[in-house]
Amino acid sequence: MQQDIPGTTIFDGDQAQKGLALNRMCFSFNSAENRAAFVKDEDAYCRRYGLSEEQRAAVKSRSVLKMIEAGGNVYYLAKLAGIFGLNVQDIGAQQTGMTVEAFKSKLQEAARV
Amino acid sequence: MARIVGGVATTHVPSIGKAIAEKKQNDPYWKPFFKGFDYVHYWLARTKPDVAVVFYNDHGLNFFLDKLPTFAVGAAAEYRSEDEGWGIPVSRPIPGDAALSWHLINAMVADEFDVTMCQDMLIDHAVTIPMALIWPGTAPWPVRIVPIEINTVQHPLPSLARCLKLGRSVGRAIESYPQDLRVMVVGTGGLSHQLDGTRAGFINKEFDELCLDKIVSKPEELTRYSIHDLVEESGSQGVEFLNWMAMRGAMTGQVTELNRNYHIPISNTAAATVVYDNQPQIALKAA
Repeated sequence: MQQDIPGTTIFDGDQAQKGLALNRMCFSFNSAENRAAFVKDEDAYCRRYGLSEEQRAAVKSRSVLKMIEAGGNVYYLAKLAGIFGLNVQDIGAQQTGMTVEAFKSKLQEAARV
Repeated sequence: MARIVGGVATTHVPSIGKAIAEKKQNDPYWKPFFKGFDYVHYWLARTKPDVAVVFYNDHGLNFFLDKLPTFAVGAAAEYRSEDEGWGIPVSRPIPGDAALSWHLINAMVADEFDVTMCQDMLIDHAVTIPMALIWPGTAPWPVRIVPIEINTVQHPLPSLARCLKLGRSVGRAIESYPQDLRVMVVGTGGLSHQLDGTRAGFINKEFDELCLDKIVSKPEELTRYSIHDLVEESGSQGVEFLNWMAMRGAMTGQVTELNRNYHIPISNTAAATVVYDNQPQIALKAA
């Protein structure tokens, strides 16, 4: 049995099955029209894509960690995060419980190893 | 006959597209990354390739997770990009070389790589950003492309060994193409980075440097790392290094590293840009 990698969810078949509806909704956000429809009526849009209760709650909470737990894949979640005006440093900070500035400093520090 | 003149590998972080659009190449944050392309441009002016075979991974533009090929080869006359959802500028179309694509597809399937054939294929930032870095500006593209897509998103992913073999198959196929073409290979993505989970922001300089050193003349040694090892050592998205391995495999001759630029961080990523020379083995033996 492979050791789990701390703080890391491998996006495998289990996650893919669990997250299909959520990821499908995020895939739809490639279209500006769909992004606008989500913003206009988030509940209706999530219903249209058949999100599970857990997924709906995760999206409502805006917590990326909860969305991953609900089967979200980060490349797709990034499209959703974009609607909220969040980039990958913002979601990095959110997931690690750091301020964006502290998260950016952590990235800079990796150069000094 | 077609000849493989060498390769360029580079990171494809989306925010680079924004930096190009906003002309930030000389900003203190961006300069250490963009300066890595001075040598690329110098090398291209000398080698003048006709075609670029680009190994990359799609991030949910052309493919969705419902039907996801492990390996897909573009066979279009032209490749368009589209909105990916988070506002980087959409690239202009890039011309393809469908005849070469079909030659590669025929050779690869004969070689037991049962690829998905894509007569329509949208290319995402993993192709368009490297293209804009390698050939900046608005002049017509000086090359045609054959995009080869590798799944680095939904596990199980192909192993490093498999991607190296895939690249070798592509390399042999290119060299058996009867037209006199100068072909370069491109690998995009990486190096170490992780966007998701409480380990987000993970970067591993030591492992990246090991990969950059080994890939030049001992790529086989890297095949001892499983995908699980690769995720652990280079991060969930650091697995894009698979594209680099395929590119390396496609260079079938004597490979040397001509230039390397490694910089931390660009966005959440350890960014790298490398230029490789590929000399036919026979010519070296004769010399």
